[in-house]
Amino acid sequence: MKLVVLAGTPGSGKTSVLLHTIKALMRNEKRPAVVKVDCLWTDDDQRFKRLDIPVHVGLAKDMCPDHFTIYNTEEMLRWAEVEGADVLLSETAGLCLRCAPYPDECLAVCVIDVTTGPNTPLKVGPLLTTADIVVMTKGDLVSQAEREVFRERVLEVNPGCNIVEANGLTGKGAFELAEMIGSGPDAGDNMLLRYNPPLAICSLCTGENRVARKHHMGVLRNLDGFMEYKGE
Amino acid sequence: MIGVNMSEIMNLTIMGGVNKEGADEPIRSVEISSGEIVGIVGPTGSGKSTLIDDIEQLAQGDTPTGRTILVNGEKPDANIRVDPRKKLVAQLSQNMHFLADMTVEEFLQMHARSRGKDASLVSRVIELTNTLTGEPIAPYHHLTALSGGQSRSLMTADIAVISDSPVVLIDEVENAGIKKQEALQLLAGEGKIVVVVTHDPVLALMSSRRIVIRNGGMVDIISTSQEEQDVCCKISEVDNWLMSLRETIRRGDIVGEVA
Repeated sequence: MKLVVLAGTPGSGKTSVLLHTIKALMRNEKRPAVVKVDCLWTDDDQRFKRLDIPVHVGLAKDMCPDHFTIYNTEEMLRWAEVEGADVLLSETAGLCLRCAPYPDECLAVCVIDVTTGPNTPLKVGPLLTTADIVVMTKGDLVSQAEREVFRERVLEVNPGCNIVEANGLTGKGAFELAEMIGSGPDAGDNMLLRYNPPLAICSLCTGENRVARKHHMGVLRNLDGFMEYKGE
Repeated sequence: MIGVNMSEIMNLTIMGGVNKEGADEPIRSVEISSGEIVGIVGPTGSGKSTLIDDIEQLAQGDTPTGRTILVNGEKPDANIRVDPRKKLVAQLSQNMHFLADMTVEEFLQMHARSRGKDASLVSRVIELTNTLTGEPIAPYHHLTALSGGQSRSLMTADIAVISDSPVVLIDEVENAGIKKQEALQLLAGEGKIVVVVTHDPVLALMSSRRIVIRNGGMVDIISTSQEEQDVCCKISEVDNWLMSLRETIRRGDIVGEVA
């Protein structure tokens, strides 16, 4: 089973790129299955179902969506196996950019929107820097020069990645991406994350809702950047 | 597969694909040689920009139109399709604005780097920009604050200097609020392959041939006749006169009588 983990900033066009890529995979006689993870609500499963492929939705609710994706990876792979798929496409809903939900034995794809400007690649962190493929979307809305500057910025933070320029409306880039997925790695039994999950766990993570500082414990970081452990 | 050198580009071939209905487009192949200017004409929404995009990506049957672009009659090497340092194609698209929150100088330095060019070209780009636009721009200006005309002038000058490539694609330069004939001359340079999408009769007739697009497909190729070239000369005069009137009005001067 090939595992593809697709992450990216909200609204960057992950789902649209994926829809075109699935069609290209099916033309290549692959059998893709999709798991769409979101935080609270999604109707993207309806869009995937129209392609007549196995679709599963996961809502992370109270849990961090990236942690939810990682925790459920084995179960997703099992499900895809039962559905008779040979490629599992896992679309994540990461938001806080501290994690990268990529195991080592997967094809890690980061989707990023060119219209957010060439400083964005510097802000995205491990999601971008540890990806195998970076998909640049909405390039039709900017000049060629701006696309090239954006590309340069991506390569500054992730020099080894492959860059695909895609368009979620026309399907540009889907063919290229499907080819790369076809030659991607198979998921293993003892996968490790490429990037360490965040170190800081604090009382807010466990439901404390009082604002005053005296109520908080755990690994905490001050406004001036000083990090400390408070607690027993 | 060939690893193309900039100076070795003799011609491009567009191999026909399908129109919006998925039917084969009537024109199956168009060859464009270096030094030639070819127009693309057709109604709005007919697929002119899509053809330009196919050429920009050097499509290999992997775009929605299914077209294939050959360089010197052969399939181009994969990395010249994507690496800006090896790119054969410079494109002036229809976009009128920059979205990058940077100064003109920062942006041009970075673009020069992405194309593997020297940062000393930046001042040359700004100089050229200011020959095309009314209100001059400065290196410290913010890109996002430039007007549509200034942005297009900067994009044009950037292509002429930094993206200097053997193939130049231009999408409706006439809508840009800049001096279009000068812009075209600047972009066309010497011995380049120029493809220009246009609704403008002067620009369309300046080309040696024009591809007619309808419903997403290439339906005809018209060679510019002697008669059309004569018409082109005549409307160029009218066009230049209109342009000088526009400049007069912009300066806040009074328009004199018809010469």
